[in-house]
Amino acid sequence: MSFPWANEYKPQAPLMRWLDEKLPLPRLVYNAIGAGYPVPRNLNYWWNFGILALVCLTIQIVTGIILAMHYAANATVAFDSVEHIMRDVNWGWMMRYAHANGASAFFVVIYIHIFRGFFYGSYKAPREMVWLLGVVIFLLMMATAFMGYVLPWGQMSFWGAKVITGLFSAIPFVGEPLQTWLLGGFAPDNAALNRFFSLHYLLPFVIVGVVVLHIWALHIPGSSNPTGVEVKSESDTVPFHPYFIVKDGWAVGAFLFLYCAVLFFAPNMLGHPDNYIPANPMSTPAHIVPEWYFWPFYAILRAFTADFFFIPAKLMGVLAMFSAILVWFFLPWLDKSPVRSGHYRPTFRKFFWFGLIPTMAVLFYCGGAPAEEPYVMLSQIATAYYFLHFLVILPIVSSVERPDPLPFSITEAVLGKDHDSLLAPQAVPVEKSDALRPAAAN
Amino acid sequence: MIRIVSILVGLFFTVVLAWSFGNGAYTAITEPAPETAEHAFHKHPKELHLASNGPFGHFDKQQLQRGFQVYKEVCAACHSLSHVAFRDLKALGYNEDEVKAIAAGFNVPGVDANTGEANTRPGLPTDYFPKPFANDIAARAANNNAVPPDLSLMTKARHDGPAYVYSLLTGFQNQPAELLKRFPDSKTPQGLHYNPYFANLNLAMAPPLTSEGQVSYSDGTKSTVDQMSKDVAAFLVWTAEPKLDKRNQTGWPVLGFLLFATVLGYLSYRNIWADKKH
Repeated sequence: MSFPWANEYKPQAPLMRWLDEKLPLPRLVYNAIGAGYPVPRNLNYWWNFGILALVCLTIQIVTGIILAMHYAANATVAFDSVEHIMRDVNWGWMMRYAHANGASAFFVVIYIHIFRGFFYGSYKAPREMVWLLGVVIFLLMMATAFMGYVLPWGQMSFWGAKVITGLFSAIPFVGEPLQTWLLGGFAPDNAALNRFFSLHYLLPFVIVGVVVLHIWALHIPGSSNPTGVEVKSESDTVPFHPYFIVKDGWAVGAFLFLYCAVLFFAPNMLGHPDNYIPANPMSTPAHIVPEWYFWPFYAILRAFTADFFFIPAKLMGVLAMFSAILVWFFLPWLDKSPVRSGHYRPTFRKFFWFGLIPTMAVLFYCGGAPAEEPYVMLSQIATAYYFLHFLVILPIVSSVERPDPLPFSITEAVLGKDHDSLLAPQAVPVEKSDALRPAAAN
Repeated sequence: MIRIVSILVGLFFTVVLAWSFGNGAYTAITEPAPETAEHAFHKHPKELHLASNGPFGHFDKQQLQRGFQVYKEVCAACHSLSHVAFRDLKALGYNEDEVKAIAAGFNVPGVDANTGEANTRPGLPTDYFPKPFANDIAARAANNNAVPPDLSLMTKARHDGPAYVYSLLTGFQNQPAELLKRFPDSKTPQGLHYNPYFANLNLAMAPPLTSEGQVSYSDGTKSTVDQMSKDVAAFLVWTAEPKLDKRNQTGWPVLGFLLFATVLGYLSYRNIWADKKH
């Protein structure tokens, strides 16, 4: 898609003209991330995290492929093969630390990307499909990260695998056989390690596929922006190249700086020491905790401590943990406010900053803490708010809230005036019609 | 419709959580979790300053050699070092002949070239440090039913690892009278040794470094228990992360380059956007 004023690709060199006739790949790139893609001029730095996520995915795939050349997915030698990479493979230590910390960096970036979407209403029409595909990517990332953490076959790898696959045993009737079938045995062992390795190598490429769809779906209506007002005219946009190439470029530099600072000077900061102990099925670690990026969901899982009539606590925890992400799929239909951006939604904004954000902070903290009081009670309160926020507060707030007046256009928001606004009907307080109409109709 | 369903689902989760919360609160009030000796008397590691600490960290080879000597003469009796090969010792400043001599001082498992029977032979630089026990059962039998853990990765396998190793080695003491008064059931069992830096306070390992001069250093350093403990902790930092030197040395130019590239990128950004308000 594009706006009518988008630059057109005009190949000059004979080779490029020839190529454009046979396989218009340069044209595709030009229209996707080149001068042919008009982008709202007012995007702030929260809009850089999509590109950063792509950078992380690339780092993970490149370092992962190299690690796979030296790693052996066999329960008897997996741990030693990782140490072989750390000690004997040229620059192996750097590849492994880049991969392990790359996973953390990926999740930092993706959480910011997701919460940007929450605040600015990026999930709303006409971008529902972009959002849904994004949630799919997040689920795939979680599966990939979990299986990747099992591969070094340390204590946390083994016991993490045991706990997480044990969740399936909570399903009534079929649970236990299902768990045995998934693991290829009664406990995690060689069969589980091998299939996790196979899937850990496969899923990133599935992610790449869904990322292509995600970006494709994004390019149909075009990027959202901090005002949430759709693009109206050429003065609202700038071409992606060079404007956002340079803006993303320096953001990538700053991101890599922080990432490399951790990689080279605190590479084990985010890992658990127990994973430097080889897996031992006979010795359970004192506290089994997943990697930090799973902590909020681990806290939700453990918040359900008492059987509720005929529903066992464990089953309820598993249901809640999966529901915590599944509710995101329904977000475009739960939040019916026609105003996208939190900047113009006073009530929503309060619940976001003083409700959702502190709740996530508490869930993060409690998920990493031992399952003792007061952490369990704190995570119960936070989990209750989490579900109330998405399932009760958002639907109600979006129907009772009085949004602040929106600017007529992006240009007006940026320059204080927009020549076109003089021709249009006087500023409408809530642009219902505009917000719900796909911009593609332009 | 979807919003009504969602509100009902949201309220359902809240009710179930309130039920769990109520149950938990009731238990917490009626049966508060008893305090344990581990919780009350476990200590965090003492501070330890090593040359390898921090982003400018590097190895003090002299200290690593002393630490290696402590490992070889004391720890190696029970603890393996399975990820380290003799050839790696070159990083400690030993030359090829010294490495060969050190390797030859260890007996490693071999095979008789004529009969094919298992035997032992003097180590070569390519060999890894041999294990002190044939298997875990032998290790348990000799150590009051506890397997002495492999030390290669020890400083990365514990929170604040180097300080933990140092604190543990210098932390053996008699059980405090106050502990026995508050927790009469927590007397250190026969054959175990009280150490507040160990997670459950009672350790199967007897104090390994007990007297000054237990190891005689050739570089003139006074071998106090404190010094030997520091040295062996420093040595185990090296065994766990032999590439620490190289990592820190690589990190600075990488960050320097990225800073330079980021500043250039930022200036290009300012330049390109100069006439575009946003």
